[in-house]
Amino acid sequence: MQLKVPGPMVVSDFTQQVEAIIGQSVSKCYQCGNCTAGCPAAPEMDFGPQRIIRFVQLGLKDLALTSNTIWTCASCVTCTTRCPQEVDITGVMDALRIIAQREHYPVQDRYVTALNDIFLGNIRTFGRQYEIGLIGKYNLRTRQFFKDVMLGPKLFFKGKLKLLPHRSGNVREVREIFRRVKEESAASSANRAGRA
Amino acid sequence: MRFAYFPGCTAPGSAIEFEMSTQAVLEPLGLQFDEIPNWICCGATMGHTTDDNLALALPAKVLLNAREMGGGLEVATVCAACYNRLRATNYEVQHREDRRAAVARILGEEYGGDVGVRHLLDIVVNEIGTEALSEKATKKLGGLKVASYYGCLLVRPPKMVAFDDPEEPRSMDRLVDAIGGEPVDWTHRTECCGGSFTLSKISIVRRLVNDILSAAKDAGAECIIAACPVCQPNLDLRQAEVEKQYGEDYGIPVLYFTQLLGLSLGASPEAIGLDKVIVDPRPLLSAKGLI
Repeated sequence: MQLKVPGPMVVSDFTQQVEAIIGQSVSKCYQCGNCTAGCPAAPEMDFGPQRIIRFVQLGLKDLALTSNTIWTCASCVTCTTRCPQEVDITGVMDALRIIAQREHYPVQDRYVTALNDIFLGNIRTFGRQYEIGLIGKYNLRTRQFFKDVMLGPKLFFKGKLKLLPHRSGNVREVREIFRRVKEESAASSANRAGRA
Repeated sequence: MRFAYFPGCTAPGSAIEFEMSTQAVLEPLGLQFDEIPNWICCGATMGHTTDDNLALALPAKVLLNAREMGGGLEVATVCAACYNRLRATNYEVQHREDRRAAVARILGEEYGGDVGVRHLLDIVVNEIGTEALSEKATKKLGGLKVASYYGCLLVRPPKMVAFDDPEEPRSMDRLVDAIGGEPVDWTHRTECCGGSFTLSKISIVRRLVNDILSAAKDAGAECIIAACPVCQPNLDLRQAEVEKQYGEDYGIPVLYFTQLLGLSLGASPEAIGLDKVIVDPRPLLSAKGLI
């Protein structure tokens, strides 16, 4: 795909923003394409992981954060494992997803973010995952009322779906962890804004 | 050998047969798993794709709770996803001062990554060893052809999690060999099943699962074994819809490695939850005279 990149699209501190999260420089990537070649989800991506790394190197923030690639990455870590330059490509994908959410970028994939949101909300409420609640809430939130509707009874009659949540005795502490994580993440974003 | 046990959220529900068969193999193997009191969820993939601080804080809390049990116990888990998150957290706090400080601010307690984390497969193959295992396995599997499926999180990224080769792992194959099965040589041991997308991007999951099932069939496998409660349902529960979409007829039972292990150690089919598997493995095992 041909890309025309006008100068103003470059965000000067974007590369450092990503590197601060992954704790590593992305400049070592020499664009060999090994990551894209081995990526199981590449057929569904608008840009392969190799291109995304290039966007990060060049500070092309909008291109990186609005591509469907970051929401199509399955976090299988094949790319990071095979990178001859030891660039943590999966870590970059995480960093981009985190930045996109913190900075409220228009998210290309509401299915993935809705699932994450409900999954983490369940941990906050119960301390543990609540599987039937996860599936039910997810289908409601994404308006896919009949998705997997045939699988529910299969699981239920095998005794694999518990109707009631399995709570941890640590729920109060878990809520405190979520509260402090929010503060910590807000503080690191504010520090970055202060430096910029 | 005694460990602090982290069952993970799938243990009481969707992966109940993984939990049942794990409990069934402990005593014959001379292992004691003491559950970590009040354990919480590790955050899984949803945690690390949403917030880098949450991704470390939840597993670090689990590891601190394990440390409070005393005795310098290592943590044992059977869930490949939990295993990966706990090991990744240890690696991050050991190697990055900024991450360690952030975790300490969030939890109000220092954690430096000193609680060891082991997967049951690693414990069985590398602590107990295949020779001892072979002696304990009184009911040999009679050459049952087994495709060992490792998936992603048990072996990648190697610097954080691997006790085996990230591209060509053989731990499970060696286990199968020790208990009298025939490990089949196949291509998709470590290919991704799309686990994190099992609810959100089913079309990708179906494509990847079809590739894996097709490779197992081509290699002549009679069943597949897995070590992850996300992989197993993808290959088992979604097998019928994958067959329908791709016009295939696999009918390959997908078991947890602990179920075959339990069978070889003399556990009853009920104790290892063979009836919980969707593609019923009992006709195959019965035809082989194993149940």
